[in-house]
Amino acid sequence: MKGAGIKLASIVMAAFLLAACSSNSTKDDSANQRANVEDRGTNRDSEDDAQAQTHGLDDDRSLTAEALDDPESPLAVRVIYFDLDSANIRSDFSDTVTAHANYLAVNPTASVTLEGHADERGTPEYNLALGERRALAVRRHLVLLGASAGQIRTVSYGEERPAEDGHDEYVYSQNRRVELVY
Amino acid sequence: MSLTRNKPNPLVRLLLAVWLIGSAFSSSVALAEAELTIRIEQGIESALPIAVVPFAEVGDMHGSVDIAAIVRANLQRSGQFAAMPPQDMPSKPANFSAVNFKDWRTLGMENLVVGKILSDNNGGFVVEFRVLDVYKGKQLLGHRIPSSAAKMRLTAHYISDLIYEKLLGQKGAFQTRIAYVTVERKAKAKAKSVYRLQIADADGHAAHSLLESTEPLLSPAWSPDGSKLAYVSFEARNSSIYLQDVRNGKREEIISGPGINSSPAFSPDGQRLAVTLSRDGDPEIYLYNIRTRSLSRLTRHPAIDTEANWAPDGRSIVFTSDRGGGPQIYRVGFDGAPPRRVTFNMGNYNARARHSADGKKLAMVHGNDSGYHIAVLDLERNLHEVLTNARLDESPSFAPNGTMIIYATMGPGGSELAATSTDGRLKQRLALQRGEVREPAWGPFLK
Repeated sequence: MKGAGIKLASIVMAAFLLAACSSNSTKDDSANQRANVEDRGTNRDSEDDAQAQTHGLDDDRSLTAEALDDPESPLAVRVIYFDLDSANIRSDFSDTVTAHANYLAVNPTASVTLEGHADERGTPEYNLALGERRALAVRRHLVLLGASAGQIRTVSYGEERPAEDGHDEYVYSQNRRVELVY
Repeated sequence: MSLTRNKPNPLVRLLLAVWLIGSAFSSSVALAEAELTIRIEQGIESALPIAVVPFAEVGDMHGSVDIAAIVRANLQRSGQFAAMPPQDMPSKPANFSAVNFKDWRTLGMENLVVGKILSDNNGGFVVEFRVLDVYKGKQLLGHRIPSSAAKMRLTAHYISDLIYEKLLGQKGAFQTRIAYVTVERKAKAKAKSVYRLQIADADGHAAHSLLESTEPLLSPAWSPDGSKLAYVSFEARNSSIYLQDVRNGKREEIISGPGINSSPAFSPDGQRLAVTLSRDGDPEIYLYNIRTRSLSRLTRHPAIDTEANWAPDGRSIVFTSDRGGGPQIYRVGFDGAPPRRVTFNMGNYNARARHSADGKKLAMVHGNDSGYHIAVLDLERNLHEVLTNARLDESPSFAPNGTMIIYATMGPGGSELAATSTDGRLKQRLALQRGEVREPAWGPFLK
């Protein structure tokens, strides 16, 4: 009976984490999920459940609601820019990368897609490879700083999806980038 | 031999400069797809004079087209011929017997094409034509071609090929097709662009969409028999390689998975594809057997290896690698020997090489201080020549007869297609009326 209680508690916790993390689910969805799970939990073993709920809910909320949406936070920066034909992470983005690595380390259920891009100069296929090299460079740094490789998906769009239209140096500097998509 | 061929004729030069093939056909039937308009920007002065007399029409001509005009435009576009405008012709004979050779000799015309389109009284047509040597007063070539309304343009391309081969001793590429990707960018922020994989006749007409997607499409590659296209689509939120039948439109995702799945290139026998996959950590060239669906890895290097292209003899491929620092062209065989660098003393950016059909030349993208241009490397003499001078030229593709290279260039409204003769003397623009057009791939000879 006790074993079952712990198991259920962890399921409840996981459900809360997912509901809070999921960027796709609406508020109503999460509320419904919470209601359903809570009902079941109360019927079985209310004490264990209550503890687990409290921890899971508060930890996750404080991070998603405050840290990610704070414009002053380095986590608010979701695009890393690169120099021409380079996949080196510039020093002006090291705080950004560190902050995202910390976030992923503290939130092991969070996941991120790194979208690598290149400017339009050079051949499309070579730029596809360059975009991937940039995404992999960001991934390597995130993992080095504590994120787990399993939390990170990389995809390269090469020059196919420019952030800015146009053909000048400023536009190119905006298009050589890795976007972090949570 | 004649004066006109060796000395530039000012009239011919002017006509070449202002020649607008698009305007000649702008009144033709509206097609579902936007047509490519071809404009000759720089002509060849030593072009061979030819007069293609308007074909006489006999019987019910419903569904007929002006075959002579299409032939004229084709020959002119090749850069090898200076076609006489119909209004300058002294007469419009349709038969050998009606030709007054003296009139044409006086005008310095060397070759004359006469013909007629006959109704077969069954909804179809029969097209007859003759190529005449004006100086000898003799027939060089004569054919009778059964056709139909649906095949009239193709018939004109066929006739163009027959004339081209007879007079120049080299196969024409007028019946071939080109594949390319169009991009319609939406002005509204956040609205998705529309990408289309299209094929058209080599003159830009008869365009058809094979695929439409809101995710990027790239790198179309023809199978050697022209029946299939391999390409890359991002519709699954990552690059995947697809194989599509050109005739029935059926397609299949053949290679997908984590990392890059891209840059397909058919082997000359059509059995295999060289592809770029980064599933092992970085982009490497793999060989994919289409029948067995098996993959084997060809390159092993932590640098970028991509943009494979097979030598026509099937014994090696060239590819782009930055293993030496910047991107350069390398060649590798299938015997396990390490790749050898091909591009030396050509600057620090050479990428996406394509073999000419005879294997003697490589067209590639060559970057220097003034931008990215199309260069051709003569593999026998190890000499290269930069053929274009715009800022962003890319994706070169040889015509199957090796005379022309089609490529993408930056126009005022975005990417456009352009073509240059392999010697750089002739320049053309192929502008789509709406949207961008990129990644041209010139198809093989019709089998």
